[in-house]
This record gives sequence, C-alpha cells and structure tokens, in this order.
Amino acid sequence: MGRITLEKVSKRFGDVEVIPPLDLEIDEGEFVVFVGPSGCGKSTLLRLIAGLEDVTSGKVVIDGEDATRVPPAKRGLAMVFQSYALYPHMTVRKNIAFPMRMAKIPEDEQKRRIEQAAAALNLTDYLDRRPGQLSGGQRQRVAIGRAIVREPAAFLFDEPLSNLDAALRVGMRLEISELHKRLETTMIYVTHDQVEAMTMADKIVVLRAGHIEQVGSPLELYHNPQNVFVAGFIGSPKMNLIEGEEAAKHNAHTIGIRPEHIDVSRDGGGVWSGRVGVAEHLGSDTFFHIHETGLAETITVRAPGEVQFKHGDQIGLTPRADLVHKFDAEGLRIV
Amino acid sequence: MATQHSRSAARLMMAPAVFLLLVWMLVPLSMTLWFSFRRFLPLRGGDQGFVGFENYTRFVSSSSFWPAVQTTLIIVVGILIITVCFGILLSLLLDQPMWGQGIVRILVIAPFFVMPTVSALVWKNMFMDPVNGLLAHLWRFFGADPVVWLSDVPIFSIVMIVSWQWLPFATLILLTAIQSLDSEQLEAAEMDGAPVLKRFWFIILPHLSRAITIVILIQTIFLLSIFAEIFVTTGGAFGTRTLTYLIFQRVLESQNVGLGSAGGVYAIILANIVALFLMRIVGKNLDA
Amino acid sequence: MARAVTSQRKAINTVVAWAIGLLIFFPILWTILTSFKTEAQAIASPPIFLNFDWTLENYAVVQERSNYMRFLWNSVIIAGGSTLLGVLIAVPAAWSMAFVPSKRTKDILLWMLSTKMLPAVGVLYPIYLLFIQLGLLDSRAGLVIVIMLINLPIIVWMLYTYFREIPGEILEAARMDGATLREEIIYVLTPMAIPGIASTILLNFILAWNEAFWTLNLTAVNAAPLTAFIASYSSPEGLFFAKLSAASTMAIAPILILGWFSQKQLVRGLTFGAVK
Repeated sequence: MGRITLEKVSKRFGDVEVIPPLDLEIDEGEFVVFVGPSGCGKSTLLRLIAGLEDVTSGKVVIDGEDATRVPPAKRGLAMVFQSYALYPHMTVRKNIAFPMRMAKIPEDEQKRRIEQAAAALNLTDYLDRRPGQLSGGQRQRVAIGRAIVREPAAFLFDEPLSNLDAALRVGMRLEISELHKRLETTMIYVTHDQVEAMTMADKIVVLRAGHIEQVGSPLELYHNPQNVFVAGFIGSPKMNLIEGEEAAKHNAHTIGIRPEHIDVSRDGGGVWSGRVGVAEHLGSDTFFHIHETGLAETITVRAPGEVQFKHGDQIGLTPRADLVHKFDAEGLRIV
Repeated sequence: MATQHSRSAARLMMAPAVFLLLVWMLVPLSMTLWFSFRRFLPLRGGDQGFVGFENYTRFVSSSSFWPAVQTTLIIVVGILIITVCFGILLSLLLDQPMWGQGIVRILVIAPFFVMPTVSALVWKNMFMDPVNGLLAHLWRFFGADPVVWLSDVPIFSIVMIVSWQWLPFATLILLTAIQSLDSEQLEAAEMDGAPVLKRFWFIILPHLSRAITIVILIQTIFLLSIFAEIFVTTGGAFGTRTLTYLIFQRVLESQNVGLGSAGGVYAIILANIVALFLMRIVGKNLDA
Repeated sequence: MARAVTSQRKAINTVVAWAIGLLIFFPILWTILTSFKTEAQAIASPPIFLNFDWTLENYAVVQERSNYMRFLWNSVIIAGGSTLLGVLIAVPAAWSMAFVPSKRTKDILLWMLSTKMLPAVGVLYPIYLLFIQLGLLDSRAGLVIVIMLINLPIIVWMLYTYFREIPGEILEAARMDGATLREEIIYVLTPMAIPGIASTILLNFILAWNEAFWTLNLTAVNAAPLTAFIASYSSPEGLFFAKLSAASTMAIAPILILGWFSQKQLVRGLTFGAVK
C-alpha cells in the first residue's frame, strides 16, 4: 500500500509547460519531500498525484493500478492543505468525520476512529468546537486528523506549515515526523523550506521549473549535490559559489564551499583573506559575512562557538580542500 | 485549474442560465429588429410589409423625437447631478462619528425601497397637489402662491421625485467607498499639514472617483428607462415625454409597432453605449 | 479611527445628520401618519401631524374595496417565485464560474450583465406579442418568468462574488475526502454560502417586488401585483389621501422591513461587486 509511480507525467496550462515529462518512483512507507523555489511546479506535481489536476500526458500509477483517469475521491489518498481547508460550518468532530461519512463507514466505526485520532492529536477537548475557535496549530491538527481517519494509501501535504509561526512550525514538524514513524504510511510533502526537507525527508526531490534536479536522501544532497542549483538550494546558510580565476585553479567553472567548511584565522594565516562585514552571533555558532575577498561579493563563514572578530577586521580564510565542490560550465558536478 | 471532469460538469451547470438568457436576449431583440423594418399597425391593417429604414427616419423626424431626447437628457443629467452631489455630502456626513448612526442610515436609505408607483403617487398627491399638498400648505404659510408642480414645472418635479428615490443608492455606495479609505492615508495627509478641504480634494475625492463613475453609469442605465414615475404622474403630458415613454406610447397606445420598434432599437443602442463604459470598469475589477 | 472626537463635534454631527435623515424619510413618515387619519383630517389646513384621531378605517376600506390581499398575494408569488427560480438556476452557474473559471468566464459574466442593460421598452412589443401567443398575458407564471430573467444576471453576479470568497481549497478538500460533485455542493458549498445566498434572495426579492415596467404592462386583473394596485389609485382628487396612504403603506411596509436588513448587500448587488 502506498507505492506511487509517475511515468512520463507532464502538465501544460495552455501554452505553458509547467511540468515537462518526468518519472518518479515513490516507495511504500517513504517520506518524500518535494522542495524547490516558488513556481517550480512542486504543488502542481502534488495536485497531479492527488487528481485535482489532469495530467497532460503520462501515467500516474498507485499501488500498481493506473489511476490517471481516476477522480481524486477514488484514489485513496488524503491531503492536508496549506490553508488547512477545514469546513468552517462543521465542528471539529464533523470535520474529521466528513471523509468517513462520504465513504459511508458505519457510525460506531466512525466514532472509534475519531476518538483515536483525537487522542493522538490532542484534540479530544476541542471536538465540539468549530474551526474558527481554534488556533493555527490546532487547525493544522484537525486537518491531519481528517486525513488520518481515512486510512489512506498515502498522505499528501501541501506546504502545511507555512501559515504557522516559527516556534509552532518546529513543533508540528516533529509531530508529523512522529506520525510517519508510527503509521508507516507513504507521505508526500511539499515545501519551499529546505530545512523542513532536510529534517523530515527519507527522500528529497529537488524541483526547478518543473524539472527534477536531483533525488536523494538529505545527506546525499548535502554531500553530493549534482549541480549548482541543488548546491545553492540545500544547506543553510547557503553554500558559497565562486567563479573565475579561483575556480579555474580547481579546473572547474564554479566551485562551491559550504560556510561550515571554511576555517577562519587572524590576518595572514589563510589561503584567502577578507574584511568582516556583519557578524551574527548565535551563541552556538557565529556567522561572518566577509567582503573584499576578490572571490565573490560576500563569502559566508560559519565558525563554531563564539569567535571574536569585529566589523572591519581583516581575517584569513582557509577552505577545507576535500570539501570543495566542483562544477562545470553547465553547472553539473565534476566527479 | 481543474480537471476535465469538473470542466465538463461546469459547462453543464452553466448551460441553463446561459441558454435562458440567450433566448431572452435574442428572440425579442430579433423580433424588434424585424418589426422595425416593417409597417406594422396591429389595429389598423396589421403587418403591411417591408418598408426599409422608413420607420427609423420617421421616428427621428417626428416632431416629438427631439423634445423627447431633450427631456430624457435633462431628466437624467439633472438627477445625476443632484444625487451625486448630495450623495457625496451625505456620505461624508454619515461617515462622521455620531449618536444613532445606524438609525440615520436606515432613514436615509428607506426611499430606495419604496415602490416607484407609490413614490410617484405620494409625491404627486400628498406633496405636490396644488390645493391639499403639503408643499402648497408650506407655500401658503410663507405667504406665497402654491405652485402647480406637475404642470408648471413638470420636469423639475419628476427630477425631484426620482432624485429622492435614487439619492439613497448614491449615498450608500459612496459611503461604502469612503469607509474603505485607509484612514492612515488621511492621517498622513494631516501630518503633512493638509487642511480639511485639501484632504477632501486630493485624497477623498480621487478615492471616490471610481465609485462615482459606477454610480453615474448604473443610474444612467436605470434612469434612461424611467417609466412608472411618468406613467403615474403626468402620463407623458406637459413635455415630460422621455424617449422610453415615447416608444411606449407608439407601441401600446397608438399601436404603431414598426415605428415603436425602430425607437426601441435607438434606445438599445443608446443604452449599450453607456453599458460599454460600465462593463469596462466592472471587467477590470474582475481581473483583480 | 482611534481618535477622540470632542463631544461637541459629535453632537453637531448628530443633530445635522438626524435632521437630514428625517427630512429624507419624511415623505414615508407622512404617508404612514396620513394612513391613520380620517379623510377630512388628511386634507385639513393647516396639516395635522400627530394630534388626530387615530383610525384603522382606511385599511379596512382599502382591503374591502380593492381586495388588497389578492394583489399582495400576486406580489408575493411573483417576487418570491422569480427569485427562487432564479437562484435555483444561478447557483450551479455561479459555482461553475467561481470555481472552474475558463478563459471565457469573464466574457460570459459581462455578457449576462449586458442583457440586464437592454432597455425594457426596446423589447416591449415582442414580449407582449409572445405573451399573447403563449397565453401568458396577465398570468402570474408569465411574470415570474420575465422577472426571473431580468434579475437572473444580478443573481448570478451576486452569487458569483460570494462564491469567489470561498477558498477553492475547501472544495478540493471535500473532493479529496471522497465527496461527489453533488455532495460537494450540498454539504460544503451551500452551507458555507448561506449568508450570501440569503442576501441574494433578499435583494432580488426587493427588486422584483418593486419592478414597475413589466408588471404594469403585462397584467390586467388576475396577475396584477401591488405596483399595479397602487397605480390604480392614480386619482387627482385630494379626497382620497388617507386611503391612498393606507394602500401605499401596505404596499411598501413589507419591503421596507426586508430592505433594512439588506442594506449592505444592496451595494454589492447593484454594483456587480465593483464596490464592496
């Protein structure tokens, strides 16, 4: 249950090809995250899987059966929307019961599942309230509850956390991850936030302009980005990308070095040198934005702990040679 | 953004409304066009065949055509000026803090809900009657001779009556527009040292311009076809025959359908010119 | 605006606004008052405002003489029937346009609007003729149809603007939850749109109630609603002031009450959503 295959799936809106033909394999029980900048087609891809949009060509196969022409209601998938999409005129209980009511599941079974879901999601006290009386996080949980009770083949999440404030987002991220561990159901999760992708996914699918740029586990993407786009997109703060003379020294068009892979030293002691601009002290780490390096406009460096450089200090930078990523003129990784 | 399935369902569900309106528009319209090219007197010989553009030229060259156009214009423009100007003043006033705002709003809006025949009759008899009308009493109280409203100043009287009915509409829409004005804009202007009149002229009025345009266009469309008010008060006498009323008389009173239909086509063209401007504004709003 | 307004200023506003409000409302007030006077008091000189002998006699006479109830019933049937029929036809259409918009949706909406702008007088004779042919002249069914058709564009538009405010994701959620199109409209869309549907019904009921072109021209005796009832009181004699007032009060009272509930929706409905 929960194996989804996309075969040469493409989507056009009029003359615009939003998704050129692509193939993708999602295994049973996997937590797959579609990540990419806004407008990359990740939500459209999710909606194609859901059946809320027709594919222009290609096949959507769910558990071995061609579901391309199957309406969304019959695909056995559940979706959690960005706006939660709760029914405002129904109580929490009725919201959660709605999919079971549509499936004509017997009342006592409905009741059992609602209570189970409510207990799991801390909603028991709120069952008789309406969505309007709930906080953002509670609404999110109701939306998840409504998805769980269907016992779907797979869960689809469309940027579910983007309407929550930062603190709540971290908590919900954990809850969704735990839910996945417990249910072991396939989940497909769309986000533009690479931190969410890195922390939650078994498998990340990086998308840009409808193309799959790379598919892999979070650490694969971190350590071996296949191209400049993935290199720049995955990781925070962003990887430093350097072109020109310095890159040529490595026989590459572009080289990339992550902020955490550069060591800092007092002036004179590094391979490169530059002047400290803004320093962000986080306690655990310190981020420096270094100017006047002759490499790129700004080089970001992440130094562990508290490092006492001031604005305007001249410092030395040393990249760790084995962790320099090399890319050719097309932006592809040089092995 | 939808699937094939929902798109075909949508087309199916739209069909009845579209079909009905299409029939409603095309059938009578083509009949009017057809009649307008024929000599058709149902009580005096019936349909006497095709006459080309004769009805069109006769309608325009008849002695009552230009007076009717003039009357229509005076009535429509007069009502527009009165309702828009007083509407702006009234909406500015109603936007101010006061006690019992809700009740005042209700009082001001009420005339819009009065049936046109009722308002025409009430004004005609109880207010404008030269002997027993309230206005006659008022005139006498100040020692003046009562005015015979509907025969001495018939157009002015009709403009008054209809303005009374439409002032609430203008006020309500302008009030809604004023209330949507961001108060920070006004406060910023006040901080910049703009006095009250300048704030009205440079901020409030431009903000209202769209609403004013809409009021003018919608009222024009409704006012061009004023009927009941004239039917009940003067019956088209004393120079109050508007284009609409003239056509009505040609068709139903003198039963000259061909001539009336030609007039109808003119009226349709006239209304469409106004409608075109309105639709452009409404259409723009749809994109937003 | 969180600004303290001096109570003096507020008092002036209040007095001016109330004065103007009462002035505008006065014709209606005067009509209602006159309806309770005797005919002699109604034309007394100088006019009497409140200290007259209140009587219900006029109402009784009006009902007796002209069978007010029949006209009222016709008005209710025509306004109610045309509105309900219109809503039934318009809900699916508005659903389609709001949630499955295509490139032509905008054109269709504007075209519908344009039919509303056809001057009635331009098609008076064809309709008159068709009504005679179809035996619909002076029938309630005929008026229900005509008035439904002239208000249908407004009904579609109003519903459309209300539906557009309902997020499409909620309907998609229903679809994901296994609801069919019918279930989606019945269980999700309609309950959410009830306030909008109610205001649409209200405003269109008022417009239909007050419609005074077709109701005057296509009725004689049987189907005549209150607009025609009042027009029949078109008498130049002052002797009938009190009865005229009673008849007028009866014709406008139901709608005044409904109208006060619908003031907000009025703006939206009559400007086709262009002013909110």
